[in-house]
Amino acid sequence: MSQSETGFQPEQKEVVAFRVAGQDFCFDIMSVREIRGWTETTTLPHAQSYVKGVINLRGSVVPVVDLSDRLGLGVTEACERHVIIITVVDGQTIGLLADVVSDILAVTEDAMHAVPDMVSDQVKAFISGVVLFEGKMIRRLDLTSVVPSKGLEAA
Amino acid sequence: MSVGGSDQFRASFFEECEELLEAMHDGFGLMIDGNDDDETIHVVFRAVHSIKGGAGAFGLDGLVAFAHHFETALDQVRAGKISTSDDVLSLFQHCGDHLSDLVVSARDDKDADPAQTKALGAQLDDVIGTPTEAESALSDAAVSFEPLALDFMDLAPAEMVPDTVAKKSGFLLDFTAEPELFTCGNEPALLFKALDRFGQGRISVNVDEVPGLARLDPMMSYLQWSIDLETDVSEDIIRDVFDFVSDCAIITISTRDASGLSPIGEDGPTVENPAPVEASAVLPPLENEPTDVAPEVLPEPAEATPEEKTTAKPATAPVSKAAPPPQTIRVDFERVDKLINLVGELVIKEAMLSQAVSKHDLTSGDEVLQEIEGLKQLAGEIQEGVMAIRAQPVKPLFQRMARTIRDASATTGKRVRLIMKGEAAEVDKTVLERLVDPLNHMVRNAVDHGLESKEDRLAAGKPAEGTVTLSAAHRSGRVVIEISDDGGGINREKVREIGEERGLVTPGAALTASEIDALLFMPGFSMKDEVSELSGRGVGLDVVRSEISALGGRMSISSEMGKGTVFSISLPLTLAVLEGMVVDVAGQTMVIPITAIQETLQPSSAQIHTIGSGSRVLSVRDSLVPVADLGAIFGFRDTPDDLDDHTLLVIETETERRCALIVDSLQDQRQVVIKSLETNYNRVDGIAAATILGDGRIALIVDPEGIAGGIAPPQSSLMTPPRLDALEGASNVAK
Repeated sequence: MSQSETGFQPEQKEVVAFRVAGQDFCFDIMSVREIRGWTETTTLPHAQSYVKGVINLRGSVVPVVDLSDRLGLGVTEACERHVIIITVVDGQTIGLLADVVSDILAVTEDAMHAVPDMVSDQVKAFISGVVLFEGKMIRRLDLTSVVPSKGLEAA
Repeated sequence: MSVGGSDQFRASFFEECEELLEAMHDGFGLMIDGNDDDETIHVVFRAVHSIKGGAGAFGLDGLVAFAHHFETALDQVRAGKISTSDDVLSLFQHCGDHLSDLVVSARDDKDADPAQTKALGAQLDDVIGTPTEAESALSDAAVSFEPLALDFMDLAPAEMVPDTVAKKSGFLLDFTAEPELFTCGNEPALLFKALDRFGQGRISVNVDEVPGLARLDPMMSYLQWSIDLETDVSEDIIRDVFDFVSDCAIITISTRDASGLSPIGEDGPTVENPAPVEASAVLPPLENEPTDVAPEVLPEPAEATPEEKTTAKPATAPVSKAAPPPQTIRVDFERVDKLINLVGELVIKEAMLSQAVSKHDLTSGDEVLQEIEGLKQLAGEIQEGVMAIRAQPVKPLFQRMARTIRDASATTGKRVRLIMKGEAAEVDKTVLERLVDPLNHMVRNAVDHGLESKEDRLAAGKPAEGTVTLSAAHRSGRVVIEISDDGGGINREKVREIGEERGLVTPGAALTASEIDALLFMPGFSMKDEVSELSGRGVGLDVVRSEISALGGRMSISSEMGKGTVFSISLPLTLAVLEGMVVDVAGQTMVIPITAIQETLQPSSAQIHTIGSGSRVLSVRDSLVPVADLGAIFGFRDTPDDLDDHTLLVIETETERRCALIVDSLQDQRQVVIKSLETNYNRVDGIAAATILGDGRIALIVDPEGIAGGIAPPQSSLMTPPRLDALEGASNVAK
């Protein structure tokens, strides 16, 4: 649809914005199932360091990924102030550990920018774009790349 | 009526078919055991008849044609024209199998094997004798077959009616159609036309109930018919005409003879029990002829006089070898699964509540504690009840095996008799489903490898016919399934020879009988030099064993030369709960399946020896068992040097590997609800699954096979090193 001529609002997407290791991130709100406070996890043997362990989500066993560690920003010493964002990616329910959920924003496609070139490859692998919002830069997280891949890491 | 019934009806037809086929095979089973009384044959006949009727409604012509053919032969048996010899019964069983195939291929919209249909049809013709014109026309022109409820009557020639029927008598019928009759696509006129063939009839219709046009609901049925039929056929044949409408019409049949009218009973049961499956059980037995039958042939003397029949019939009708099937409902499996999950939650919540309350220092007689105790019991009972929903008898599974045996018997040319015991024992549906392949393999093995050839059997002084016994029994919370044959037993010399050839055994090693038998479970082991049609398809007992072990089961063999072999499978009743030992390992709470634990020891009293750099073994009663620290295996900590504060658990796995696990302390033993770790994460080596503890936290369930597979060699240590890799590969398959 052509927006400006017909007077329609440009297509907006709602995203959840949150903070990990002092940086702002976001992803599509439709991927969020719920947001919970930090609970102690049960450690998984031989897991990647960024997999904090598993928690009981109303009877399901859900792994928790330390986003900061996953993004190369240092291991989080989780405490009660931290949050776990529960998402479903490709049928897998995963918890993402973040410092705090800051906002829910409506973002237009226009506001979305490509990842700047100078960013390191490691970060690029996890970020699918950036949003400029009220003077802040919010990184859009590519969910599929942060979750522990099934099968591959079992070996 | 053509194709196009909605999917839902179609699905329920096929579900019904399963039940009918089961009833049919049950009937054959009874007949083979010598119970070929009228009622049994009747049940079989009805099952086939009902399948035919349903198939007709969905336009499944191939199925209708074969069922019809089969039914004709059964009808001859019913009429006493064919005796049920072994050959006939065996043919019937094959026809039953083929009927199952046809049902399955109709369901999946596939083509069945026409050659098989033809071959069995020809054999049926041989049994029936020269087919009548009508019959041959029907079997040849299956496509033009008109699938109407009354088609069966074409094949009920008058001469099959017993002579005992009084001549010149007849029936008075009252027929009131309910609206469903029409929505099911039935047409009363056709039913009456069918009646017309049996004799002179007068039909009158009662239109008193028909309202004025203004109030007329076209979806309702207002007509009642009365039929005065002068005939010499029996009441059963009349009843058969109404077979398919018995649940959507009120039919009363009374006799009409020269001396006046003597009612032989309202047809109550058919209305009360609308389900077609049950209808077969409640229909009156064949003996109920409207004549003076000698009392001793009746199931109950009460039926001897016509007056008493009126009241006695509904009560005595369901007389049969098999009790009438219990009332059931069909439920989506997912709903039950959800319920089971919720109940698991309830049990956990209850445990959490108890734990929370226990922090409050209540006195033992406190009301809160008492109420919690009550809640605990209730939760336990609900859990048991919900688990029972998924429990199903092993009977259908065994019946599938009966078929496998018939096929195997045909391929090998060995005559085999199957005995089933304890088929009422119940197991979780998921367990049952996953048992199909392993059991199929084992019964095939029993026929192919277990039983000797006919000549060898006769030479050994055994009956030519081999026997395979399938039995199921509950033993201390597990179900034990045994597959035994009366064959030659395991030829241990030969097994050993092959084992040595394949490098599985060190030549000349001293092996016990059970150690040799255990070789059969080794990957790549095959007794047959040549690949036969039945076995040698690359799937061996090792795969069967890993499948069983994946179900939390154990397998064992016992065999006696010349007498036969018994394979035992011991399985948990459900895959949803597990009896576990809750332990502490490096600050983590873990669960070890109780079935694997042989004993617990305190290291202070145990003999621990160190070999090399840090490898430890424990000597328990003359055997050495490798010691492993769970904390180190899972990477939680380094192996402690001093074991005095720890506990040792000696575990034994399905593959008979033993090892001693170091844990920090034991908490308690309890039932835990198994939660998958793989749904949202990955498989983890050494971990079987997860569970939720009383405090809501997750504990991991240790996989003894995975742990022992990594550190302990098989107990007998007969294997040369290269085979160990293969074994690990096999144990991975089990996951």
